[in-house]
Amino acid sequence: MSNQSSEWPLWEIFVRSRQGLSHKHVGSLHASDATMAIANARDVYTRRQEGVSIWAIPAEAIAASSPADKDILFDPANDKVYRHPTFYNLPDEVKNM
Amino acid sequence: MEPYLCSESIHAMDLNQRFEDYIAADQKIEAKDWMPDQYRKTLIRQISQHAHSEIIGMLPEGNWITRAPSLKRKAILLAKVQDEAGHGLYLYSAAETLGANRDDLMDALIDGRAKYSSIFNYPTLTWADMGAIGWLVDGAAIMNQVPLCKCSYGPYARAMVRVCKEESFHQRQGFQIMLNLSEGTDEQRAMAQDSLNRWWWPSLMMFGPNDESSTHNEQSMRWKIKRFSNDELRQRFVDMTIPQIELLGLTVPDQDLKWNASSGHYEMGAIDWKEFFDVIAGNGPCNKERIAARKKAHRDGEWVREAASAYAQKMNAKASSNQTHAA
Repeated sequence: MSNQSSEWPLWEIFVRSRQGLSHKHVGSLHASDATMAIANARDVYTRRQEGVSIWAIPAEAIAASSPADKDILFDPANDKVYRHPTFYNLPDEVKNM
Repeated sequence: MEPYLCSESIHAMDLNQRFEDYIAADQKIEAKDWMPDQYRKTLIRQISQHAHSEIIGMLPEGNWITRAPSLKRKAILLAKVQDEAGHGLYLYSAAETLGANRDDLMDALIDGRAKYSSIFNYPTLTWADMGAIGWLVDGAAIMNQVPLCKCSYGPYARAMVRVCKEESFHQRQGFQIMLNLSEGTDEQRAMAQDSLNRWWWPSLMMFGPNDESSTHNEQSMRWKIKRFSNDELRQRFVDMTIPQIELLGLTVPDQDLKWNASSGHYEMGAIDWKEFFDVIAGNGPCNKERIAARKKAHRDGEWVREAASAYAQKMNAKASSNQTHAA
C-alpha cells in the first residue's frame, strides 16, 4: 500500500480574512503541488467566506525557532519595561501624549 | 514566572514535573514542546479516532444525498457532508503535528486497528434519519467537542474551535427536518418517531462507557485533554434534549426516564452496554460495509494520487531544467 515517500508534501495554509488584514495561519494540508494546495485550501478553509486570499507554503520551507531557545530568545525582553509607554509617569497636566 | 519546557540539561523527572505544572497552570502545549510519550500517544489515539469518525460519518449521510426530498435539502446535506470531510482534515492535521503519519493513520483505519465512533455503524433507513443524525448525533458530538476547544494541546483545541463553529449548523438543519416531519402527516410523524427510537440509545452511547468503567478518564482529565467525564456530558445532553423531544411532540424511547425535581436532572434508564461493546468490537449492523466503502474509496483514488504526484514531479523537473538552461 502507501508509504511515506509517496505521501504528498505538507503545506501550511495562511488566509487573509479581508482586505486590510494580514494573512493568518489556519492549518495545513497535503497536496501534490502549489495549485492543488490552493484549490484544497479554498475548499477546506474558506467554505464560509473566511477569506479573500490564500498563501500555501511548503511546511519544509518554514524555519522555526526551537522551544528550547525560548529563554535565550525571549527572556532578555523581560527586564526592558522601559520599552513600553506605561513605564513613564507623566504629570496629570500633560494632555494628549 | 511561567514554567519553562526545555528538553536539554534537565533531568527527565524534572521535565515531567514541569510539564504537569505547566498544564496545571492552564498553559497550552504546542507541537514542538516537550511532552511525555504517554500524552503524545493518548492524543494521537484520540485525535485520529476523532478524525476517522468524521470520515466514516460521511457514509451514513452520503447514502441519502441522491434521495434528498428537494434541491434545497440536497444542497444542505451536501454542505454538511463536505463539512465532515473538512473536520476530518483539520483533525488529521492536528494528529500530524504530534509526529503521526497520515498514511499510517489511514492504513490503521482501513485494516481495522483504529476505532471510530460506534454510532456510524448503524444504518440510515429513512429520510428522517438525516434529521435524527443532525439533531442527536451532531448534538451529542457538540456536547463532547465544546470542552475540547479548551484542551491543553493547542493544535487540537484550535481544530475544535473551527469544528464547533460549523457543527451548530448541522444540528439545526437536523432539528428542522424533525420539526417539519413532526408537523406533517401521520406517516411523517411516525417516521420521525421511528427514527428517534432507533437513534436515541446509540446517541447516548456516543459519550462512552460509564465513568467507573472508562479506561481513559482519569489521566486525560488531569492532562486537561478531557474536561468533563462521560457521564457528566451524557447527563447534560439528556437534560438539554428531552425538552426538544417534547417540543416535537415525540416520545422518548425510555420507559424508565423520569424527572428528578430535587436534583434538577432527568434520570435515564439503563444503557445496553453489551450492544455498545459489540458494535465497538466490529459486530454492529454496518461495520463491515463502512470499512469496505472506505477501502474502496481509497483504492479507487489511488491512480489519481499517483497521477498527481507524477505530474508534480514532471513539472518540478521541467522547472529545474529551465532554470539550468537560463543560468
